[in-house]
Amino acid sequence: MVKLDAKIPDGPLARKWDNYKANQKLVNPANKRKLDIIVVGTGLAGASAAASFGEMGFNVKVFTIQDSPRRAHSIAAQGGINAAKNYPNDGDSVYRLFYDTVKGGDYRAREANVYRLAQVSNNIIDQCVAQGVPFAREYGGLLDNRSFGGAQVSRTFYAKGQTGQQLLLGAYQALMRQVHAGSVKLYTRNEMVEIVIVDGKARGIISRNLVTGKLERHFGHAVVLATGGYGNTFFLSTNAMGSNGSAAWKAYKKGAMFANPCFAQIHPTCIPVHGKFQSKLTLMSESLRNDGRIWVPKKKEDAEAIRAGKLKPTEIAEEDRDYYLERRYPAFGNLVPRDVASRAAKERCDAGYGVGPTGLAVYLDFQSAIDRLGRDAIEARYGNLFQMYEKIVDDNPYETPMMIYPAIHYTMGGIWVDYELQTTVPGLFCAGEANFSDHGANRLGASALMQGLADGYFVLPYTIQNYLADDISTPRMTTEEREFEDAEKSAKDRLDKIMSINGKRSVDSIHKELGLVMWDFVGMARNKEGLQQAIEKIQAIKKEFWTNVRIPGSAEDMNAELEKAGRLADFIEIGELMARDALHREESCGGHFREEYQTEDGEALRQDDKFTYTACWQYKGEDQEPELHREDLTFEVVKLVQRNYK
Amino acid sequence: METTINIKLKVWRQAGPKAKGRFETYELNNISTDSSFLEMLDILNEQLINEGKEPVAFDHDCREGICGMCSLYINGRPHGPDDDVTTCQLHMRKFKDGETITVEPWRSAGFPIIKDLIVDRTAFDKIIAAGGYISVSTGGVPDANAIPIPKEDADEAMDAASCIGCGACVAACKNGSAMLFVSAKVSQLALLPQGRVEAARRAKNMVAKMDELGFGNCTNTGACEVECPKGISLANIARLNREFLKAGIQD
Ligand code: SF4
Ligand code: FES
Repeated sequence: MVKLDAKIPDGPLARKWDNYKANQKLVNPANKRKLDIIVVGTGLAGASAAASFGEMGFNVKVFTIQDSPRRAHSIAAQGGINAAKNYPNDGDSVYRLFYDTVKGGDYRAREANVYRLAQVSNNIIDQCVAQGVPFAREYGGLLDNRSFGGAQVSRTFYAKGQTGQQLLLGAYQALMRQVHAGSVKLYTRNEMVEIVIVDGKARGIISRNLVTGKLERHFGHAVVLATGGYGNTFFLSTNAMGSNGSAAWKAYKKGAMFANPCFAQIHPTCIPVHGKFQSKLTLMSESLRNDGRIWVPKKKEDAEAIRAGKLKPTEIAEEDRDYYLERRYPAFGNLVPRDVASRAAKERCDAGYGVGPTGLAVYLDFQSAIDRLGRDAIEARYGNLFQMYEKIVDDNPYETPMMIYPAIHYTMGGIWVDYELQTTVPGLFCAGEANFSDHGANRLGASALMQGLADGYFVLPYTIQNYLADDISTPRMTTEEREFEDAEKSAKDRLDKIMSINGKRSVDSIHKELGLVMWDFVGMARNKEGLQQAIEKIQAIKKEFWTNVRIPGSAEDMNAELEKAGRLADFIEIGELMARDALHREESCGGHFREEYQTEDGEALRQDDKFTYTACWQYKGEDQEPELHREDLTFEVVKLVQRNYK
Repeated sequence: METTINIKLKVWRQAGPKAKGRFETYELNNISTDSSFLEMLDILNEQLINEGKEPVAFDHDCREGICGMCSLYINGRPHGPDDDVTTCQLHMRKFKDGETITVEPWRSAGFPIIKDLIVDRTAFDKIIAAGGYISVSTGGVPDANAIPIPKEDADEAMDAASCIGCGACVAACKNGSAMLFVSAKVSQLALLPQGRVEAARRAKNMVAKMDELGFGNCTNTGACEVECPKGISLANIARLNREFLKAGIQD
């Protein structure tokens, strides 16, 4: 029996992190030089962690599948990063940021972790400004803030519509400074394919050099995974093409628990699907909901005429428009949390009021903001987003409303970690989107960047020392040990097996099939029967993959198809676990909506007496059912109520 | 309704860094003009796989113009015929029915070819490592609002910081110079009080690294600015030159 000890420090909520830091073990400078840390992934969490470890004096090896750490998908985050600075003096505080995050996550996150996140949020902004991140400023020279979904204060710092880019470049530059100093060694175009466990502890990885195809062995006293989420299980998502869940999945297979896999976020404002050839979905920042109003026609015949191309949205009179978010949620209006906004869009489209050629789209309209503030003000705020939209859709959003529809964007679930961000495998840590920690069943906007940087700059540098302090006399391994050899062999066997299938179908064609099953049955609205069907269908897809995929070229060469195949094999299994988790969680909460559990007016209905826990799944072997463990969530400070954005 | 076109592609194929490359010609029919250029290449690759051939290797990731990974030289222009976009944001509506489209990798001494259309741009990381940062470590920094920064400076720094490190500027330059890329980072950091402290040293170290890595000299042709998908301005190069001069005087 695995024990799930979250290791939450003693003391009142507001003192826990200080108590932890006051009592943790440290490693002295001479010993740090003797300790190696492997960091996999160079997004916000990975780059900030690796840079910080290097500055502290550890030996760091950092791995990325891309050609440069700067390409990690954090770069694409648009809107902003939250912090409890309360610069606008609108009543914000650490407690309120904590409270909003727990509530926004529909009460399925751990209080102590979220509180710590809110506490360190302010340090992040200080750090980034010191690094030269060019945040937006007011004429007085001080930092500007804007509001975001799920909050009634303005606490979001931003750098035009490219906040993720600027924060990542800040972390990347800090990382490259350490590469220059020699404390960090960088491995690019290099993919982790196995974790090496020695005497029950994570002690290294096997990676594949994506240029030569060669497998490599790397030792570390500890291993940190910061490899992002698994949203691409759906094939179409806002994630980058290379984003994948494979590192997390390898950890799961080596004994790390996978927590709340069914908690996936569907982002309400993405450019709608336009054709079978489509390769990804493009997000339009949530910040647009600050000034854009969401609507569909009030009359079905208008919606039909629009779909047939006979009517334009601008021709529909004000009184014939249904601003359904403002109607249903007068208090938060267009700024309700993402899960609520997404479901409301689906509800209208399912009811026959959708627009666009497919009927799977709603309008995001800037006309009243342009009338109120002028076109220049809107251009200053969202110019790059409008340009991006126009390049893709060939429509000018200054003149006609944007069309948007929900799409898979982020996964709240992930590898289970305790308060120290350590998994159930000693010495294996997990940070950023790859872990399950802070967002519960739904993440608020501008909180992903906050969590990634909190984990990397301000949490792991403390907690990993607490672990490594016991390891100061563990010598470096040569990687000639049997455990490394075995791990390399299992990685090689798997690659050979994929290469030998020699079937008829491309990786993408199978991935698209998986994506459709996920979207139809494990997407925005789920039910028992559909989820049972999904599991069967996914198992059939698994069989199809292992008997009928075709990989051209060789494994001893750069081979994009082979890379994609390895990741797809894992996505298929992740998809099945998502469906299982969704099936077992007989309640609706946050991004997980079970049709059987809703209020009369269609809001998510939690079952707190039965499901106030984190579902942790343990791998039991190939084709065996995983075992469920529960980490009960206790709320000492926050009172559980039904979320109300009315 | 959906418009489609038929096209002919001339694509650079090269098995490895040392292998001899050549153009291969492919025909593609019924390509939707709403598809992106990279989606068109996906269709080509699907076709090649189904014929049992090796697909064309090309770099891409975010497919929304921000990661800087995509890097194609299309009909003689880095990132193709549309303005202010990356290759992944280019759409087939920019091409005509029956058109022949030539697709090549970035060609420059600083970016050796790895395979087909993929080049090695790690030289850019090395230039950043040489000084493209502010030397602060995690923790112990002042409050974010301790130093006010004039909005114009912050905005200008943000414009320079928009560079995505794609390398189109180098590919566009007949000298293979990386000046636009280097100057964008030097400018961004020099414009902010936090970065001012090291500005001259930074300029000197980054330029020295650029020269060492085989990038050519800047002769002010301006081709880089025209092809940069993020509108990085030549004014940054002027600012870099000023910082560089200061570094010389300090020595
Ligand atoms: S300056 Fe422009 S063209 Fe050059 S790397 Fe940056 S974004 Fe690309
Ligand atoms: S694929 Fe990221 S910029 Fe083109």
